[in-house]
Amino acid sequence: MSAEGGLTTAGYIQHHLTNLAVCAESAKIDGHCHGFWTFHLDTLVISGLLGLLAFGLMAKLAGKATSGVPSGWQNFVEMVIGMVDQQVRDTFHGKSALVTPLAITIFVWVFLMNAMDLIPVDFLPLVAGAFGVHYLKAVPTTDPNLTFAMSITVFFIMIWMNLKVKGFGGYMHEIFTAPFGAKLAPVNFIFRVVEDIAKPISLALRLFGNMYAGEMVFILIALLGLYQLPLALPWALFHILIITLQAFVFMMLTIVYMSMAAESH
Amino acid sequence: MSINATLIGQAIWFAIFIWITMKYVWPPLQKAMADRQKQIADGLSAAERGKQEQEIAAKRSAEALREAKEKASEVIAAAEKRAQQIVEESKGQAKVEADKIVAGAKAEIDQEVERAKQQLRERVAELAVAGAEKILKKEINAAAHADILGSLKQGL
Repeated sequence: MSAEGGLTTAGYIQHHLTNLAVCAESAKIDGHCHGFWTFHLDTLVISGLLGLLAFGLMAKLAGKATSGVPSGWQNFVEMVIGMVDQQVRDTFHGKSALVTPLAITIFVWVFLMNAMDLIPVDFLPLVAGAFGVHYLKAVPTTDPNLTFAMSITVFFIMIWMNLKVKGFGGYMHEIFTAPFGAKLAPVNFIFRVVEDIAKPISLALRLFGNMYAGEMVFILIALLGLYQLPLALPWALFHILIITLQAFVFMMLTIVYMSMAAESH
Repeated sequence: MSINATLIGQAIWFAIFIWITMKYVWPPLQKAMADRQKQIADGLSAAERGKQEQEIAAKRSAEALREAKEKASEVIAAAEKRAQQIVEESKGQAKVEADKIVAGAKAEIDQEVERAKQQLRERVAELAVAGAEKILKKEINAAAHADILGSLKQGL
């Protein structure tokens, strides 16, 4: 749909890329929220609903799971979870009750949030607009808050895994001695800090960047009026690949980081 | 597009979902999948065992069939031999019987002949006597010439 209601092209794009934000009245400047204590309601609600729906259904299914011939949905869930489990087995050689559930959560949740991209870009904002909600960014993974929240959580789990497997002493020893030995402890430490800080940042920005760019292309296609029809479908088809791949990459890198944390250098 | 408190909210969501998966999704599904894997493995090994047993049974039945065939041919051969024997025996018996009958018949015939001869002899003597009587009329007495008649009888 091309710019409507007197919106310019830039305005249309800007509108699509603005989150529904809430904050205290005192934090608003020109009616817009600024400062740290702002919540993106659309990101929080959509990601939360998707997660509750997916994991609630999966938990319900798992509760009824039989070891006999699996029914349709159980079969499907088992297929996805079996795939994730296989990746974990191939990469993570330690023993942990956390890594597989973590990988499953990441893959399923990120995939579903990315899949929101396949709903036509104007559909959810128009529906929301009918209810008086003026801003809505339908794809939660295009919000860096979400991707950073996930990657920082993964980062903390990684540190916890390090401490659990190697103990505090072992972890410190590794930080200060690998890879150059005890004589170059400061250099080792700086290297390690850079390495570990880069992990959550690359994890978050990769997902955010891919999804943001994909969403942007959808918005640009939507601006073409009638010509969007032959373009939106191929891009959506191609995007199915991207959303799956990005979910897989996030999951895979998390497993790799966990296995690095669980193994001594 | 700025980092703000949404981060905290999202981290909480993420933690909740990890917890749900860890507590309610993964363990039961893992158990179901592992159980099924075991069931399938058991079923496959049972099938393998069944196959082997079936092969052994097939071998055994082939053996039994072969033995039965052998026995049957033996029985048939024995029966044929016996039949041959019976036929031979009955042939011999029949021959003996026939010989006996033939011999009996011959003996009877001989007897008949002998008797006929005897009768004939007697008749010849009578006839001779009668003839002589007729020829010699009263001159010749049968009693008086009995010795001559007797020698005549013997001459026949």
